[in-house]
Amino acid sequence: MPEGFVAVVKRDCPTCQLVAPVLGEIARRGVPLTVYTQDDPDFPSAVSTRIHDRDLAMSWHHHIETVPTLLRVAGGVEVARAIGWVRSDWEELTAIDPLGAGLPAHRPGCGSLSVDPALADALRTRFEGGRLRSRKVELAELEDEIEGPYDRGWTDGLPVVPPTTARILRMLDGTRRAADEIVGLVPPDLVPATVEKVAINAVMAGCRPDYLPVVLAAVEAACTDSFNMHGVLATTYFSGPVVVVNGPIAGQIGMNSGVNCFGQGNRANATIGRALQLVVRNVGGGVPGGVDRATLGTPGKYTFCFAENEKGSPWQPLSVEAGFAATASTVSLFAGHGPSAVIDQISRTPESLARTFAVKLRAAHHPKLAMAWAAMLVVSPEHARVFAEAGWSKARLRQELDQLLLLDGDELTRGVAGIEEGMPAEVSAGRRLPKFLPGQLAIVHAGGTAGMFSAIIEGWAAGQRGSQLTTREVRP
Amino acid sequence: MTAPITLLDPTGELSPSQRPRAARPATLDGKTIALVDISKPRGHVFLDHLAALLGRRGVTALRRYSKPTFAKPAPADLRRQIAEECDLVIEALAD
Repeated sequence: MPEGFVAVVKRDCPTCQLVAPVLGEIARRGVPLTVYTQDDPDFPSAVSTRIHDRDLAMSWHHHIETVPTLLRVAGGVEVARAIGWVRSDWEELTAIDPLGAGLPAHRPGCGSLSVDPALADALRTRFEGGRLRSRKVELAELEDEIEGPYDRGWTDGLPVVPPTTARILRMLDGTRRAADEIVGLVPPDLVPATVEKVAINAVMAGCRPDYLPVVLAAVEAACTDSFNMHGVLATTYFSGPVVVVNGPIAGQIGMNSGVNCFGQGNRANATIGRALQLVVRNVGGGVPGGVDRATLGTPGKYTFCFAENEKGSPWQPLSVEAGFAATASTVSLFAGHGPSAVIDQISRTPESLARTFAVKLRAAHHPKLAMAWAAMLVVSPEHARVFAEAGWSKARLRQELDQLLLLDGDELTRGVAGIEEGMPAEVSAGRRLPKFLPGQLAIVHAGGTAGMFSAIIEGWAAGQRGSQLTTREVRP
Repeated sequence: MTAPITLLDPTGELSPSQRPRAARPATLDGKTIALVDISKPRGHVFLDHLAALLGRRGVTALRRYSKPTFAKPAPADLRRQIAEECDLVIEALAD
């Protein structure tokens, strides 16, 4: 910046017109004064050293929010600033006293053109877009902005929000993490995903910027050996990542943990799960028919994301079970599909209701298969109340289910009951087998307060040979 | 007429060019072949049959490998070992 005094004005501002003679007064004192004028290059005529800030670069880079703004510059650095017209401030800054005799003591300024909402996006794109590193893709003149992403293979089949620089910059405001930070190596191509790449896909999915930290945590969880996103994709089985959000962030961004929480209608639930899938598709290269070989798939592969209903829960949330503090916000990924209904409108004792859960869980995947497949039991508030009133903790319910799901191996053996599918005789004959091994059955609390229905989200191959429930903390 | 819209690429920006396939050998003479069981059920049935068929053609330099689980990519060490010990790979995807 020029040395001496620097003023930023626009003719369209009555206060700037009011102070135009004052600027002339300062200039006549022989102190160097440069006026940046935002709209009319001939304003103010009383000052000869005028610079037209036509592209608003000076105003943008020096964070001018109000005109007039008067700066004192020494050694190229701003050392003092007066905003609007406050005579005493201007007198102090210029050390000219009196200044602007005959003017009112105080007049508020007007909004700088550099913060005009109508120009903000274009200016931000021009002055900050350079920090984005992704390849620019210019749509042809007659190309539709919704069709363009389809034609390039970027969508999941539904339209996406076109990822323009302005939208991506706004999305990046949702995190304090640097745009070039690597979030993880995204399967199957193991391509490094930067915060910027995740932000682009979050824009396309329809996320708001305040969802971005949750999406980033979900991507981190997906890029782990324990979750095994490569296997989840490549399997012919149904599964996709089911995203469960815990902690204060869920309420802060308005996630649904209640009525219809697996269903449509909540922007955060809908778009966070979708953003993760778009990252896997676009950054990781996991495309159906490519590495994604699902025989049937699941509608949850568009998005399957909900928050645990912690407020109404009698039990420890999933995040605390995973070892995080109750105050932490977390994202857990479970490789699953479904959900499948558990109806019990009659049971009022925990013993009876646990038996309902058990007979339904036994049938998960196949009634004759055990010890290999994961499941998530989602207990609704009306069912949870039955356990809460009887004082059953989650551990107690789990203990009961473990007992009820200790199955007679002879009923599971291949060929038994006229069904060739089942457990190999050398594993099952004459033994009792648990339906689920430790860690293969997750229990969470969610859903609306009316309805004696719970749900089973059936999972894929469990444990180290498949996918494990994987939790990551949400960081701002 | 509005200005053209510029989007930023959401992909991994891997080169779109196709990766050429490895050159096919003209003959199996003197080649060592890896028979890889990915640990799907009955993979060995397929590989045993294949080994017999190859044997009938005089191809006997066969080495057997198996992945720890079909559900995950082969470990890097196993891939390196196969690359060092063999010229060709046949994988059994069974069930």
